[in-house]
Amino acid sequence: MSTPFTTPPLAGHLPAGSFEVEPSLDGMPAITVGAEHLVEVSRALHDDPALRFAVLVDITAADHFPREPRYDVVYHLVAPENRLRLRMRVHADGATPTIPTVSGIWQSANWGEREVIDMFGILFEGHPDPARILMPDDWEGHPLRKDYPVQVKLPVRTYEPLQLTEEEFAENLHADRELRQRR
Amino acid sequence: MGLEQQLEQMEIPVLTTTVEKVVNWARKSAIWPCTFGLACCAIEMMSMSASRYDVARFGAEVFRASPRQSDLMIVAGRLSRKMAPVLRRIYDQMPEPKYVISMGACASVGGVFDNYAIVQGVDQVVPVDVFVPGCPPRPESLIYGIVQLQKKISESKL
Repeated sequence: MSTPFTTPPLAGHLPAGSFEVEPSLDGMPAITVGAEHLVEVSRALHDDPALRFAVLVDITAADHFPREPRYDVVYHLVAPENRLRLRMRVHADGATPTIPTVSGIWQSANWGEREVIDMFGILFEGHPDPARILMPDDWEGHPLRKDYPVQVKLPVRTYEPLQLTEEEFAENLHADRELRQRR
Repeated sequence: MGLEQQLEQMEIPVLTTTVEKVVNWARKSAIWPCTFGLACCAIEMMSMSASRYDVARFGAEVFRASPRQSDLMIVAGRLSRKMAPVLRRIYDQMPEPKYVISMGACASVGGVFDNYAIVQGVDQVVPVDVFVPGCPPRPESLIYGIVQLQKKISESKL
């Protein structure tokens, strides 16, 4: 039941020298792109009529701890009109690994990149809302890194802190009292 | 001669009992659960309330969406650390008398997920009356848990 993946015609349509085709175990067409070329390659993949990769299915990352560069951010793309699939891999490294965001090109990258920020600590410059998405907002650490423990014994927080300021709370209290007096 | 025997002689259809028994009977015969299905156990909870295993015949007629109108909270599924304050808040909003059934392995002890994200047992957040083991527990298991809860209620003091 498996049809072989069609190789997307990348050579003529992407800026030369910006990507490298890599072998893949499952037969899916895969390329490696440098972080500095990421935005222009993504723009070409999205806009070029022979390619039209309109759907970003997933963004994830892999931590290859002792290897340099340490992280691989992996993008999976689908072109529904031309029936093409592509895997794009970007290396990231350093104490605060940073690569440019593609959320201006594919809107689904917004939350995908938030997940990578949360789980791996890889930052995306230009991201409109880089907040944690899976773990609680004040969590410290990035759980899917190789040096993060699996079991974490912490007491459970059963009450969320009040989300009003002191003045707002006092104001609400006074307004309530006035309403009751008027009745 | 006792009151009951006198009533029997006069053939008046009255029975005598204690307040405690009547109150406990009323409480256990109409336990309305609050929907708190978190994960896969919720599917088994739904099938328990469907026609084949029908929990309505045990008193759990409706699954109330609002905690204010329910007596029983069935915590069905993995409780994540981020969800724990929400669980506590819903529990606090239920009026007394209220009961909690922890359904499944994840709610009881954390299940197969001994990690940074899952609370290892909801009894760290709310007081639990009955633990129902299983992954997921069969609907009959959960019904057995509700029947055990009914027994617990009938033995409780006012």
